[in-house]
Amino acid sequence: MTGASNRMQVWLAPLLVFTVTIALWEGLVLLFKPPVFLLPPPSLIWQSFTSQFGQLMSYGFNTFLEALGGFVIGCGAGLVAATVVARSPRLSALLLPFAVASNAVPIVAMAPIAIVWFGIGPGSKVAIVAVMCFFPTLVSAVRGLTDISPDALALMHSYAASDWQTFTKVRAPNSLPFVFNAFKICTAVSMIGAIVAEFFGGAVNYLGIYIKTQASILKTPDAWAAILVACFFGLAFYFAVVLLERWLMPWHRRRG
Amino acid sequence: MGDPIISVQNVSKVYGNANASTVALQDVSLFIEKGEFVSLVGPSGCGKSTLLRLIADLDAPSSGTIQLNGHAPETARKNREYGFVFQAPTLYDWRTVARNAELPLEVMGRDRRDWKPRIDKMLALVGLRDFHEYYPWQLSGGMQQRASIARALSFDPAILLMDEPFGALDEFTRERMNMELLDIWETTHKTILFVTHSISEAVFLSSRIVVMTPRPGRVARLVAIDLPSPRTFETRESRRFFELMTDVRETLKEEFTRHE
Amino acid sequence: MTDNVSLDNTLIAAPPAVTPRWLWLLGGYLLIFLLVAVIWESSKALFAIPDYKLPHLTQIAEAFVRPTPKGPVWLILLQDASYTALEALVGFSLGSLTGFAIAVLLQRYVRLRQGFLPYVIASQTVPIIAIAPMIVVGMGRMGAPPWLSKSIIAAYLTFFPVVINVLRGLESVDRDALLLMRSYAATDNQIFRLLRLPTSLPYLFTALKISATASVVGAIIGELPVGSTRGIGVQIVVGSQYNTFNPGFLWATIIAAAMLGLLAYGAVALAEKRIVRWKREA
Repeated sequence: MTGASNRMQVWLAPLLVFTVTIALWEGLVLLFKPPVFLLPPPSLIWQSFTSQFGQLMSYGFNTFLEALGGFVIGCGAGLVAATVVARSPRLSALLLPFAVASNAVPIVAMAPIAIVWFGIGPGSKVAIVAVMCFFPTLVSAVRGLTDISPDALALMHSYAASDWQTFTKVRAPNSLPFVFNAFKICTAVSMIGAIVAEFFGGAVNYLGIYIKTQASILKTPDAWAAILVACFFGLAFYFAVVLLERWLMPWHRRRG
Repeated sequence: MGDPIISVQNVSKVYGNANASTVALQDVSLFIEKGEFVSLVGPSGCGKSTLLRLIADLDAPSSGTIQLNGHAPETARKNREYGFVFQAPTLYDWRTVARNAELPLEVMGRDRRDWKPRIDKMLALVGLRDFHEYYPWQLSGGMQQRASIARALSFDPAILLMDEPFGALDEFTRERMNMELLDIWETTHKTILFVTHSISEAVFLSSRIVVMTPRPGRVARLVAIDLPSPRTFETRESRRFFELMTDVRETLKEEFTRHE
Repeated sequence: MTDNVSLDNTLIAAPPAVTPRWLWLLGGYLLIFLLVAVIWESSKALFAIPDYKLPHLTQIAEAFVRPTPKGPVWLILLQDASYTALEALVGFSLGSLTGFAIAVLLQRYVRLRQGFLPYVIASQTVPIIAIAPMIVVGMGRMGAPPWLSKSIIAAYLTFFPVVINVLRGLESVDRDALLLMRSYAATDNQIFRLLRLPTSLPYLFTALKISATASVVGAIIGELPVGSTRGIGVQIVVGSQYNTFNPGFLWATIIAAAMLGLLAYGAVALAEKRIVRWKREA
């Protein structure tokens, strides 16, 4: 197989799967006529999507802003905490188990408390997203700051480098791939966190609340259209971080 | 002299396509008798590992014919006529040493009752009598490679193909493993084809050396090793050992300067 | 992890290693717990934070043991958490089994993989959990048993991480390990059973650990829409509605949910320890 036709196939196969899935979905819905609220046909979802495009995008943007705010606060705090924790092996041995365990805790369930603290508006959603982003960033960043080849540290030691120099020349660059891994995970986490936190209550011009309301009044095509928008913002956020990663880490080889 | 157990005739191997190709092997011929210990020696890129993999049917030649016991490598592979030892021990992490050594018997569907006696014998032969229940990560590099050799011997193939098996070991461990391998060769009467880039290892172990040169990979010379058996630690200090080493090295040097 | 920590010891801090590790870890945990309690109560006193925002720790403890007509609160929370756990477990099992099967199929058939993989990967960057309300409402209208929609949400949240990780595991077989199998003239089924499957197990457990929590979250989210009557998610909603009258109860429900998540994760981690025994201790 030559390179060109191989590359074509990489695009062709997913496209084929997409087309067949949509066609099958539409066809089966036409054939068996399930209630629209259970499974609307793609054509109806698309219609709902195009007819309320501007509105949906503005809802999506509102939710995205919550996600972004929480992402910046949570990841930022995670990074700062990591630089402190990583300085002391004892502190990191003590605190990291908590941070790892927090992965197993359904943090979104704390949304009602966040609402009590920060109000029903975007503040509570930003807070939940921030907490959800904090721990993965902390764990990854500490790992990146401490998981360094002994020789690289010994080399700096042999130069009689200061702690600050060791940090900027070895530890920080070494941690970048770990940190960006966490950031990429956090893009998804933050969109999920914002939408799910909205399920607990809030104003109607946000995606999560819109999805929940439309679903409850059986306007399922509208809810699906909103999910399309959520997917769009999720993917866009993810790829924005990937671009940032490529720009900041030109030495890091791209994986296929 | 009978028929050779391994015969390689006019074998070439080209990698890549019409636009960009590298000739890994060019017109290589080689005949190995039953019970011989033959080493393929040469710098990296001379195609010695490629040749071994062609013989094992782990890769296919571009042209030429290879026969083991008078039939094609694929048939030999399906008849399980050879055991292969890789440079990395390639033990399965999730199996203990004994279970690793059993692997070929399990794959080949040999009678389950024979497994234990065979494994006990082979692990004793390679000096791992007390390590049956250890996991690979609990062993040193040398011990891992011993386990890998026991695995290759467990189903009693007539031929042992070894691809730089001691290349990753330190020199002391390597010399000890060399002695042990010779013991195994003498007790089991296997035919061994051994790839290495160490001239001293090749001279010490072999009954015959195939000196190969790169770009393209060719057989430069065959050197018969007439060191007395059994070989001991003193063998490495004998005059003849140094003469043979120099001989091989000169061949490689000539080929090297010819290419400059 | 510990290696790097001890490495830091030698190069930077070098504290005298007199106290055994477990002792100062235990002491540290006690200290952290005390510290949190002190900060909690003193900030409450200092900034006059009202009970509905931050109840006294004793109020939370009280909320657990308070008697109700149906028994003490902790028993009710335990019953609801068990119900949620069952919903999550059904979905988790369903999602991981189908996920595993799909991963095996995708590994075997390259064409299939080329077509589906991009979507499976994209699923990781997209908030698929958002379709939860539609599943609950839709299936509720169809008269399906109430636990089923929660289990389905848990199942699809489990499905995608399992597919991705298992596929990665099945593919990450060492090249020489594969050639070894070829040298034995092993069949495809033998290669799968003896090589690919064991190689993929640690990857499977990585996914299962993520999915264990995700399926609990999924079940809780599924319990939020009005109409649900059982489950810890319902109790959280009740807790937030009565928070002003009964501060402490909301925190109790959330602590119960947190314990449930930790338990699910711990169960998978324990299973991993028992099954993946060949790994070096971390």
